[in-house]
Amino acid sequence: MTTTLIKNARLIDPEAGTEETGDLLIKDGRIAALGDAGAPEGSTVVDARGACLAPGIVDIGVKVSEPGERHKESFASAGRAAAAGGVPTIVTRPDTDPAIDTPETLEFVERRAAADAPVHVLHMAALTKGRAGREMTEIGFLSDLGAVAFTDCDRVVTDTKVLSRALTYAAAMDALVIGHVQEPGLSAGASATSGKFASLRGIPAVTPMAERMGLDRDIALIEMTGVRYHVDVITTARALPALRRAKANGLDITAGTNIHHLTLNALDVGDYRTFFKIKPPLRDEDDRLAVVEAVAEGLIDVIGSFHTPQDEESKRLPFEEAASGAVGLETLLPAAMRLVHAGHLTLPQLFRAMA
Amino acid sequence: MSFRADHLLGIEHLAPDEITTLLDLADRYADLNREGRRTHDVLAGMTQINMFFENSTRTQASFELAGKRLGADVMNMGMQTSSVKKGETLIDTALTLNAMHPDLLVVRHPSSGAVDLLSQKVNCAVLNAGDGRHEHPTQGLLDALTIRREKGRLHRLTVAICGDIAHSRVARSNIILLGKMENRVRLVGPPTLLPAGCGDWGVEVYHDMKAGLEGADVVMMLRLQKERMDGGFIPSEREYFHRYGLDAEKLALAKEDAIVMHPGPMNRGVEIDGVIADDINRSVIQEQVEMGVAVRMAAMDLLARNLRARRGAERAGVMV
Repeated sequence: MTTTLIKNARLIDPEAGTEETGDLLIKDGRIAALGDAGAPEGSTVVDARGACLAPGIVDIGVKVSEPGERHKESFASAGRAAAAGGVPTIVTRPDTDPAIDTPETLEFVERRAAADAPVHVLHMAALTKGRAGREMTEIGFLSDLGAVAFTDCDRVVTDTKVLSRALTYAAAMDALVIGHVQEPGLSAGASATSGKFASLRGIPAVTPMAERMGLDRDIALIEMTGVRYHVDVITTARALPALRRAKANGLDITAGTNIHHLTLNALDVGDYRTFFKIKPPLRDEDDRLAVVEAVAEGLIDVIGSFHTPQDEESKRLPFEEAASGAVGLETLLPAAMRLVHAGHLTLPQLFRAMA
Repeated sequence: MSFRADHLLGIEHLAPDEITTLLDLADRYADLNREGRRTHDVLAGMTQINMFFENSTRTQASFELAGKRLGADVMNMGMQTSSVKKGETLIDTALTLNAMHPDLLVVRHPSSGAVDLLSQKVNCAVLNAGDGRHEHPTQGLLDALTIRREKGRLHRLTVAICGDIAHSRVARSNIILLGKMENRVRLVGPPTLLPAGCGDWGVEVYHDMKAGLEGADVVMMLRLQKERMDGGFIPSEREYFHRYGLDAEKLALAKEDAIVMHPGPMNRGVEIDGVIADDINRSVIQEQVEMGVAVRMAAMDLLARNLRARRGAERAGVMV
């Protein structure tokens, strides 16, 4: 039996909502005691000297570009980025090429991740074959193989009948479905959020209401099917009341948001800086503040980096033609700490959303 | 005789004593068929028309054989190549046929309720050979007869009906019949293939097949009706077989003497493992086909008796 005592640490406990200096005792890799534990005979003792000790971050929605675009990101490079950013667990997206939509492709990425990544890697699988929104994937087989959630990522399943069947089937398998809430007709072709800035810059834009419309539809489907459902990102103030009502009505729904939308706004695009082109697009400052507040109160449950590596060829293009997405694994924690330093969030609140 | 119906449109309209009367007579016909005494004259001089608006091989052959064994003049009308294709409505077709004075009309139609509609427009006995995803009463009755002969009774049995229940008229007729005869009915399948609201039908609903088969006396498999699906009900046939296909491992959870049924045609390796289907100790699939002829003979015999009685009464009424 090995025991380690970490003493004089600022213990961040997101469950209890506390932040106190004390000790933490680890026995065989598990937390055995908190507070004034005292070291048993033969323990390794580490003096944290007042540094923070928090549960490990779990980043849901990381894009590793294997298979298909390994030059953008491999399990080796993503794993190193996660380790450098202090992210011990990443949950990968299935929007690869080909998509992770069969047991065979899932087994491939599981093998690659186990061989190459120095961090813990969990995998999500596609909800529909080829993320095409026509036929559900083998949710049963994929669950058995360890897929932790099912998502078509930024593609919305527009055929509501197909989606309702997939959600019904997923509910019977007790599978978690992650949806992207957007009214796809409104958001088609948009690169920014509609408003004064986008109009001045002449960038095709989408109303923030598109997010609320997508959320409203999916809430109705959750109520209908009883599926466990997580919204990948909520980025607008107008979507929050719908989310609050759905939770109050007892639906099995949780929601996440994106670190970019918590720390940046539409103006950061500035002079057509494509590195700030993400999906959904950056929002106005009012939306950003409303979403930060929703994280603080726990209405939004999860913060993710939505790490989406692109290469120069995809980004050094006119704004409308450039690819969406930005990296975030290495900067997730430092960026999130800005919210703590600005007084918006406490450390336990932050880690409740990240760990 | 306690069989009062003028038509056989669905199990829904039959009382338990009518079901028993029909099965008793079918039982006798089944024995006579086995003994080789297959020629009867109870339908002599009567005309039976088989109208199939939907493809069928086994049901149509079974009805044809049943009618011929009872001495009827049997005519098959392939409705897929008929005037229906030229735009005639169902009611006009019915009126045209009615003018030819048939006695028994056997109808299969892809739309639920179509056979019922047709029966309102003709002066003969109508037998439903399957309407849409509504009912297939002779299949329900032949399944009941098979169960009764195998198990010695048709009450207080646990029957698991498994698979594509949403698209199945066979399932609906069986659920109603087995419920009327006071059996415990379980529906087993993925929620996408179970009809909405089936939990209120007086059945138990299972999404986990192993739990659904536990302790069952009868395991009734249904065909995955690919032709009725517009996609997206199940992820793939291999995942369906893994979770909802009947194999030895799952069947082991049913009672040791549980029988396996299938209305045919089977998709081997999709809803049923070929080894189970061919296991003569468990599978009664061939017997179901055999009982089909006997049940259809009994149904047409009883309906013809009621038809004669009704026509006799009408004539007597006119005389007075």
